[in-house]
Amino acid sequence: MSNQSFGLTLLLVGMGGTLLTLWLLTLIIRVLTTLLPPPKPKGSKPTP
Amino acid sequence: MIDAIYSGLQGLAEGIRHLDAYCLVMLAIAGGLFYLAVAKGVEPLLLLPIGFGCLLANLPLSELMHPGGVLKTMYDFGIGNELFPLLIFVGIGSMTDFTPLLANPKLLLFGAAGQLGIFCTLLLALALGFSRESAVAVATIGACDGPTVIYVSNLFVGLGKIDTSMVGALAVAAYSYMALVPIIQPPIMRLLTTQKERAVQMPSSGGKVSKAALIAFPLVVTVLTGIIAPKGLPLMGMIMLGNFMKVSGVVPRLANAGENEIANIATLFLGLAIGGTMAGRDFLTVKTLLVFGLGLFAIVIDTVGGVLLGKLWYVLSGGKMNPLIGAAGISAYPMAARLVQTEGQRWNKQNFLLMHAMGANTGGQIGSVMAAAIMLSVLKGLGLI
Repeated sequence: MSNQSFGLTLLLVGMGGTLLTLWLLTLIIRVLTTLLPPPKPKGSKPTP
Repeated sequence: MIDAIYSGLQGLAEGIRHLDAYCLVMLAIAGGLFYLAVAKGVEPLLLLPIGFGCLLANLPLSELMHPGGVLKTMYDFGIGNELFPLLIFVGIGSMTDFTPLLANPKLLLFGAAGQLGIFCTLLLALALGFSRESAVAVATIGACDGPTVIYVSNLFVGLGKIDTSMVGALAVAAYSYMALVPIIQPPIMRLLTTQKERAVQMPSSGGKVSKAALIAFPLVVTVLTGIIAPKGLPLMGMIMLGNFMKVSGVVPRLANAGENEIANIATLFLGLAIGGTMAGRDFLTVKTLLVFGLGLFAIVIDTVGGVLLGKLWYVLSGGKMNPLIGAAGISAYPMAARLVQTEGQRWNKQNFLLMHAMGANTGGQIGSVMAAAIMLSVLKGLGLI
């Protein structure tokens, strides 16, 4: 593998992998914050 | 008798006799680091011990980096086996608040765009004739994260792929440029954005985050990193350990120790040992100059990547995203976020971008470590480590 191919491989797989992993993490965070919502403030009336 | 006195005096003058141009230049460099740390307040926690290590290692006839010498012992004890950078990561995790990121998770994508400099610098370093391992080590300066740079470069030192002396140049470049972020970023932010874009007001992210989500977050990130990029697990694992100790609230003594004593001791020893690697004959080379040039290039491209993603987001959101936020997608925390706030207010006094920028900035911290972790895993896949 030439140095150019090596660099392009790392650029595509590395940058693509970083983007993909962090995008996946944003989805996981959304699930987390939905499953574990902050407690409602005391005194607030429950919605019907 | 006269001969004995003469020989004794000769012994005292040995140091002067061995004072060469390399020593003098390196002592001047140590002085420059002291000036930056003491007079200018530039990353003093790191540049002061690095400067002193450099001073100690470059005095004539210094044996501190010889086998058994105190700096060499510190190096073998905590840098050669990568312990000190990892201990510093425990402290970084304890100091970081991920609440703004969890309140607005899409900001994490800026943390990915802010790593563009790593991969573009890698291509440039290869084109300039660096070996693959050296190019990867130099490129990690784009992570804007000193401990990551030291961790990755030492991995290659341990494998005999790069010289120990290169670690000093990489560390000094990384920490210097991190400190220079407030000087490097604003011209790029202004060049790439219009006044209208810079003045965009963003509503408060508002969302509160539960303690349970804050506690689950470091565990989820650790597991995700372990599955996707196991070679980077020591880096991410230590950050998340520090953060888990902090947000759990049940071990305040350990969290405080991670944030204070452990991080401070590791920083002192790491700085001294890194300074010790800056031996004049190995440090004063064209390669060191190239490392500094490539480091600057990496941080410029990081900023360009973040701001360009911000501009794309601005268009896609119908003008609701302030593209300056993208510049905070690097690991220099919380400096980059504060800089975005200052720059945003310069163009619109009603602009409060800090919480959004903090989200992007903590995203940059995760992004930089994730990028390094993924790069190491790809290198393992290619059989290089």
